[in-house]
Amino acid sequence: MADTELDFMSPKHYVNRELSWLEFDHRVLSEARDRSTPLFDRLKFLSITASNLDEFFMVRVASLKDMVHAGYRKTDIAGMTAEQQLAKISERTHELVALQYSTYNRSLLPALEAAGVHLIERYEDLSAEDGAFVDRYFKEEVYPVLTPMAVDSSRPFPLVRNKTLNIAALLKKKEGGGELEFAMVQVPSVLPRLVLLPRTSAEKEQRIILLEEVIERNIQQLFLNYDVVTSHPFRIMRNADFSLDEEEAVDLLEEIEKQLKKRQWGEVIRLEIEEKADKRLLKILKRELSIGEQDIYDIPGALDLTFFMKLYGLPGYDHLKTPPHRPQPVPALMNDDDIFTNIRKGDILLMHPYETFDPVVDFVRTAAKDPDVLAIKQTLYRVSGNSPIIAALAAAAENGKQVSVLVELKARFDEENNIIWARKLEKAGCHVIYGLVGLKTHSKITLVVRREEDGIRRYVHLGTGNYNDSTAKLYTDCGILTCHPLIGEDATAVFNMLSGYSEPLNWNLLSVAPLWLRNQFLRLIRRETKFARAGKPASITAKMNSLCDKEIIAALYEASCAGVKIRLVVRGICCLKAGIPGLSEHIEVRSIVGEFLEHARIFIFENDGSEEIYMGSADWMPRNLDRRVEILFPVLEEPLKERIRQYMELELEDNLKAHVLQPDGTYEKPDRRGKVPVNSQEALCRLAEEAARAERKKWEPRENGRVFIPVGSAPEMSKE
Amino acid sequence: MAGQIFAAIDVGSFELEMGIYEMSGKSGIRKLDHIRHVIALGRDTYNNGKISYEMVEELCQVLGDFTKIMKSYGAEEYRAYATSAMREAKNSQIVLEQIRLRTGLTVRIISNSEQRFVGYKSIAAADEEFDVNIRQGTAILDVGFGSMQISLFDKNLLISTMNLPLGVLRLRGTLSALNTAVDRTEEIIGEMVEGELETYKKMYLKDREIKHLIGIGESILYLFRHENGGKPLNQVSREQFDQLYSRLFKMNPAQIEEQFAVSREYASLLLPAAVIYKKFMDLTGAEMIWVPGIRLCDGIAAEYAAEKKFIKFKHNFDNDIISTSRNMAKRYKCLASHTETVENFALQLFDSMKKYHGMGTKERLLLQIAAILHECGKFVSVRNANECAYRLIMATEIIGLSHLEREIVANVVRYNIRDFEYDMIRLEAEELSGQGKNGGQTDVRILIAKLTALLRQANSMDRSHKGKLKGCRMTVKDGRLVIVSDYPGDISLEASSFEQKASFFEEIFGIRPVLKKKKSR
Repeated sequence: MADTELDFMSPKHYVNRELSWLEFDHRVLSEARDRSTPLFDRLKFLSITASNLDEFFMVRVASLKDMVHAGYRKTDIAGMTAEQQLAKISERTHELVALQYSTYNRSLLPALEAAGVHLIERYEDLSAEDGAFVDRYFKEEVYPVLTPMAVDSSRPFPLVRNKTLNIAALLKKKEGGGELEFAMVQVPSVLPRLVLLPRTSAEKEQRIILLEEVIERNIQQLFLNYDVVTSHPFRIMRNADFSLDEEEAVDLLEEIEKQLKKRQWGEVIRLEIEEKADKRLLKILKRELSIGEQDIYDIPGALDLTFFMKLYGLPGYDHLKTPPHRPQPVPALMNDDDIFTNIRKGDILLMHPYETFDPVVDFVRTAAKDPDVLAIKQTLYRVSGNSPIIAALAAAAENGKQVSVLVELKARFDEENNIIWARKLEKAGCHVIYGLVGLKTHSKITLVVRREEDGIRRYVHLGTGNYNDSTAKLYTDCGILTCHPLIGEDATAVFNMLSGYSEPLNWNLLSVAPLWLRNQFLRLIRRETKFARAGKPASITAKMNSLCDKEIIAALYEASCAGVKIRLVVRGICCLKAGIPGLSEHIEVRSIVGEFLEHARIFIFENDGSEEIYMGSADWMPRNLDRRVEILFPVLEEPLKERIRQYMELELEDNLKAHVLQPDGTYEKPDRRGKVPVNSQEALCRLAEEAARAERKKWEPRENGRVFIPVGSAPEMSKE
Repeated sequence: MAGQIFAAIDVGSFELEMGIYEMSGKSGIRKLDHIRHVIALGRDTYNNGKISYEMVEELCQVLGDFTKIMKSYGAEEYRAYATSAMREAKNSQIVLEQIRLRTGLTVRIISNSEQRFVGYKSIAAADEEFDVNIRQGTAILDVGFGSMQISLFDKNLLISTMNLPLGVLRLRGTLSALNTAVDRTEEIIGEMVEGELETYKKMYLKDREIKHLIGIGESILYLFRHENGGKPLNQVSREQFDQLYSRLFKMNPAQIEEQFAVSREYASLLLPAAVIYKKFMDLTGAEMIWVPGIRLCDGIAAEYAAEKKFIKFKHNFDNDIISTSRNMAKRYKCLASHTETVENFALQLFDSMKKYHGMGTKERLLLQIAAILHECGKFVSVRNANECAYRLIMATEIIGLSHLEREIVANVVRYNIRDFEYDMIRLEAEELSGQGKNGGQTDVRILIAKLTALLRQANSMDRSHKGKLKGCRMTVKDGRLVIVSDYPGDISLEASSFEQKASFFEEIFGIRPVLKKKKSR
């Protein structure tokens, strides 16, 4: 027993998380390569692979580099040292980039051309007319914001800023020849990267040139006394953000902080430069940026493909995009009762973006105005710019309600934004808690305390996604609205803990990380193992963003060996190896990359016939289970459970947007022969539409009805 | 109608706690919220005798937050009680004043016996079966940080209650001072516990059979919090307890921390707690521990709810107070027949005079206790019985009585056989000093005077200790309290004693008591 358990923990059974992440970016890229995807969606996917990669380098690769510098020898889950990981990452990233640009050059540019969008890659290809326009544009708009910088003995090599696009050039004095000198200019980020060339009303074609080409065409004007020998765009990524990743061990973080103090600014960890750049120029860059061969990426095309997102946003190409889905109204709320009355009728399940996020906003907004509401408490992680929820919370405080908000300032990349509206809330009279020391608050929970005829009643919203009305249109998330008294009690306890009070003596229905959640998951998994060993049917069906917690994976291996049927939908990183005989032959892992970002976390345990379904904010990752405040909540009512079952089955049947993890660690699209094609996201859109339509029909007067239908019971009087 | 919202605050020695409750006649008490904040007031008090400035700062801040939470529930009423740490702190009055000024909360210090009594009320409120449970021999074990309280129930009545210096923190402290090897921990704690319990057994357990234990206090709660498949175990059999016990002593602190989900600090307190319970079970042969999981806040709420008639206790708590008093009288060999006679006279006087003295049920209870205990001083010294009685009463915990109430009883007994001095009454209860000037003191002195007058009169009526006036009738008529006895024999001793006390009685109530013998036909 002990022996086998030890075996499950062996590094050889695990996949390195960075490499698994690169696999994920490959899957996104495959959407860009899929000819059945509408053209502009393909542009979007390509752009996403590029921005994903940037973030990956800034956070993950930077951390690994730090580990190397700090001499950190500990190996990862798969037994690899930081050096080994970096070498492997470099190899896989080069492959990924090569694939990105072959897609760009061979598929997308020709397809754009065919669709009447002509991206002029080289300024030399401009027509005389367009050239004149570009030159005028340069003179009037671009030139004033440029800061050319030359390097010589009196001027040191300039600081190249992280993630910016620059043009490097070699210059030669016009008179007297002499040495080649290095110069560079930043492509200003204040100007649009896409320069649309003018067209007559008759013209259908849209010609576009990129800003760096416009500058290159006119670069001579920046260095009047020189001849420009050669010039190339380049871009670097630095390890400068000091955004130490929370994933790493504390001892490591301390070590790195010491190291960082010694350094002036972050080292360069990636250099992207136009393919076939001048050797002399490259040599200078390599020396000055002190960067190794494996971190240099020769790019056969435009740098920084995120500009495709802008192209996606150009008006007039809707026929080349997936028609947008309109989030549907929630049937349980399609009546004249207020949201509290509706919640009292039974728990309400929300599935975004198939269903609208409005009920969540409405929940807070109604509570803010309702004279019987005493208090509103909420955790906020990432919120949209002009959030109606923030406005409602502020209004509630102004209406004299007790409003407590926990604002997580540590949400990566969002700190500044968060501080601004947190101040706003404070001004309105809300009690604002700025996170917890050493923990990120990732849970999504809202509690409304209301004084009613028969006493105090608590209404709770629990979700898998952030209270962000814009991302709710793009991320698939689930939530429930409930007034179950035991959940209400637990919700109160959660907020007491978040306010710094002691843990409650007991939890009723919620499981909370970092203290209890890991054990709860392990208990649930092991319970299935126990049933399987007893010869009973046992299964786990779960869905999450990432799976990389060793203890959980080991428990899953053990369960698989005991015969538990395990079906997982893991969008991103998966450190588990699936379908390996003797280890994980009963585990199946698939990943869905589609129009919407899969984001919900759902966990279904068969539990010997009395199935338990949970949802929550946590992935099976160490950071979620150990260093964040997360909440796992049960779905208790049968109609809701049925819908979640259906949701999961649809995702498991998906054969258009799903990729199945193979025993060798690669992902492949499932074999569709003889099967009905299923796109789960699309199917869920249709389901939501049908449900809304059916509900609407119920309320419509009957056609040709000649009989009046009296209303059976008195409608509940609205309080206001 | 929505229920009333009530907040109960416990300013404990190691934690500040607040419970928010909803109460209504229809659905009783419902707990809405429970907030705890760890603050070691006890550490300050026990080490330095005072609560430090920093502590007061934190105390006020958290209590201030509590008032906001109270407001957020629309709580209309609250009660805030402080226990041992505040009780023993020299600067408690200043601290309470600070709290009052900065948070608007009036915190009352309650005596140990009141505190325990509140605890029992919450057990009774939490459990329908309380009365059934205590029909057989039952002991309530309340193991705290600094001490433990053992209360024995038999045939529905509280027999005795005793505070022993066996708190988990205290035991751990002694243990670490000894600097012993870890594997001897159990043995040493065991010895310390046994030493105290043996004496206790000799005094109080002699002929009692204890079948059940009721465990309150945090440590027992933490021990069995997850034992029922992750949920709390409420009924612990001897077998289950022994299993847990042997498991516990095989674990290292880290495992205890993990298994019982407590902090490292607390993990080291679970061992002494387990030993205390084990030793007590060994000593009594108890078969079962019931862990109701109630807290002081719950008791405060139960007490309030009962007063406001939202709930009704099945168990009569006044009887507990009376029965512990009787047991105390028995211990000091008071003459039962005389005590009973005086008690009856006193109550009869009280009831007949109701219209004229304006006192209520609580005062009646105090009079009754004073009557029961009025002779206990003679156990020590017959000549100086009044002073001895005063001291015995002041030194004995009478469950359910506050410090002030105990002082009232002690003073009434003291002045029973000595001239009353309006201005010389010793009062040390803290409750009084907080209230404006001497207003509180004066009221209490008048109360003592009234009760003393009643007790003296009642005592005089059994001067011969023979119960001659039993069955007399009392009526107030024309400004006189006429007591008519149909005792056929000689009552001249009573009559002269009666006459002696009558002036004081008249002085107090403005009514002259008159003893008459019924004319024989």
